[in-house]
Amino acid sequence: MSGTFTTSTARNIFFGGTIFFALVFLALTFQNEQIIPQRDQRAQLAANPSIAAGKKVWENNQCIGCHTLFGEGAYFAPELGNVYKRRGPEFIKAWIAAQPTHTPGRRQMPQFNLTDKQLDDLVAFFKYVSEINTNNWPPNIEG
Amino acid sequence: MQYQSQAVAKYYFVGAIGLFVAQILFGLIMGLQYVIGDFLFPEIPFNVARMVHTNALIVWLLMGFMGSAYYLIPEESETELYSPKLAVAMFWIFLVAAAATVAGYLLVPYAGLAKMTGNDLWPTMGREFLEQPTITKLGIVVVALAFLFNLTMTMLKGRKTAISLVLMIGLWGLSIFFLFSFYNPDNIVKDKFFWWWTVHLWVEGVWELILGAILAFVLIKVTGVDREVIEKWLYVIITLTLITGIIGTGHHYYWIGTPEYWQWWGSIFSALEPIPFFAMTLFAFNMVNRRRREHPNKAATLWALGTGVMSFLGAGVWGFLHTLSPVNYYTHGTQITAAHGHMAFYGAYVMVVLTMISYAMPLMRGRAANSNKAQVMEMWSFWLMTVSIVFITLFLTAAGILQIWLQRVAAVPMSFMDTQAQLSLFYWLREGAGVIFLIGLVVYIVSFFCKGETAKA
Ligand code: HEC
Ligand code: HEM
Ligand SMILES: [Fe+2]
Repeated sequence: MSGTFTTSTARNIFFGGTIFFALVFLALTFQNEQIIPQRDQRAQLAANPSIAAGKKVWENNQCIGCHTLFGEGAYFAPELGNVYKRRGPEFIKAWIAAQPTHTPGRRQMPQFNLTDKQLDDLVAFFKYVSEINTNNWPPNIEG
Repeated sequence: MQYQSQAVAKYYFVGAIGLFVAQILFGLIMGLQYVIGDFLFPEIPFNVARMVHTNALIVWLLMGFMGSAYYLIPEESETELYSPKLAVAMFWIFLVAAAATVAGYLLVPYAGLAKMTGNDLWPTMGREFLEQPTITKLGIVVVALAFLFNLTMTMLKGRKTAISLVLMIGLWGLSIFFLFSFYNPDNIVKDKFFWWWTVHLWVEGVWELILGAILAFVLIKVTGVDREVIEKWLYVIITLTLITGIIGTGHHYYWIGTPEYWQWWGSIFSALEPIPFFAMTLFAFNMVNRRRREHPNKAATLWALGTGVMSFLGAGVWGFLHTLSPVNYYTHGTQITAAHGHMAFYGAYVMVVLTMISYAMPLMRGRAANSNKAQVMEMWSFWLMTVSIVFITLFLTAAGILQIWLQRVAAVPMSFMDTQAQLSLFYWLREGAGVIFLIGLVVYIVSFFCKGETAKA
């Protein structure tokens, strides 16, 4: 590196460059906030308190520790962002209530002892997420 | 060791290695559950093992960063630590909080833990990597504030170098971005959007500053190359990191309900993220080639070079592999992601912490370097762990390609569970590589107890 490129020049480029790109990122974030209302089903979320309650059930039982939701989470068990479309509400409730399968050697899902209300909330949550515009992801119904 | 108070780092390093062992043991349990699905069920369900595995990793890396900073800042500032007592007290608080949280994961069902810790008052739990009860998160903030206060005061009363400035910016950034873990809106799109401000802006942002600063510090010590040269490299690397990595966050905004334009911004900027990692590789090799002294600690030099290479492979190459949105459409949330996560975390952050431990631990134990015998053993552990991680990554990549093919590309897509059954050969091989990793870790720990002739520090 040449003599004119001093440590303090390097430092100034670092601060200048970082601040510039951080501001661009903030501008993109701002624009993101403007656009997502058309995609994130917030009207449904506001109208139906079951959805937020379902998200709490989802979180309080740490379903994300085995499953993915929109491809994020753990890769041990099926994608659930589209499970409402893949399986429908009745299957989902019956499935959760029937766990574990105890099939020898097969991956197991615990019994969470959820109430009927909690199951309904979860289903409302799964319906809501399945209708969010995810740019056509996943590639097919299997997730 | 030039300042007595640097010795507080030892607590953190020992604690870090202890949690490292826990991380690997639980990793092996999960690896087995991948192929023998009901192994240890219902005692340790997969999600519980995974929380222990990932949280232990994060906490031990944080401990490693803290220990490194407690060692590095006094030496760079040429003064004693502002308050060694505070540093030791914070270590115990951190360790007890971490142990209590892990005990909570293992002993009570998660929903019970959420209830006991009042998650409904301020729900932050149940999201990947941020599973800790809200009260644990608050504890982490307290420990981080005390830590930042202690080091900032130390730096203010002493010499201010580029290395310590960069390290402190990284550590402040780490704490600030952690605050996003307290934001958990009902709207899942916003929840996910800002979740990445903690996760991505950590590993592809501020943590890289910490990585660069620690590497620069150790390279100055083991090579004797001029500080000015090293500091310029450091600034160039972290500039590249942040101008690519901040907008690179967009590579997580393709499929979570956020607008299409992120596919352009995310793909273009994140495709440039390997550049700073490559610069890091060049940096490490260049400095070692231009060395002005033969430092007796060969093992530390090996770890430093290893960090340069493996962070580029894991983050740079395996990151690039799936970062363009048309590719990510197929790879998203598969074993490809897992493959990348493993090599990136190991190659960058595990290795840089082990580099610092390798350099500083002998000095804190009163010698310039460990005996030849101990170093040979440590180098064996380096190769065992590093080669195992490479194989874990390769096996998971093979599993991922097959998974994508069967489940997402084939004319008649297979279900998730049927696909998983087809991958079991690769999962078995991965588990085998994991066992070798554990052996490497045992050799690593034994190397600390290996005697032999040493030169005084
Ligand atoms: C310990 C891991 C684990 C946890 C935690 C877990 N699951 Fe599962 N889940 C599984 C596995 C494994 C399967 C597939 C089992 C099979 O096919 O035999 C599954 C399947 C499902 C299915 C059926 C998916 C399909 O397409 O057929 C639903 C719905 C589901 N889980 C919901 C949940 C919910 C809701 C939670 C949280 C309350 C949860 N799971 C927590 C492991 C887990
Ligand atoms: C040392 C630095 C890095 C670490 C520790 C790291 C770690 C991780 C981890 C753990 C995940 C999984 C997150 C989850 O659970 O959802 C992930 C995802 C991802 N990383 Fe990295 N990463 C690093 C650098 C990079 C770089 C430089 C790139 C791009 C060039 C990159 C590209 C990606 C992408 C595209 C994903 C999303 C994968 C998916 O769609 O499922 N990473 N990373
Ligand atoms: Fe990322």
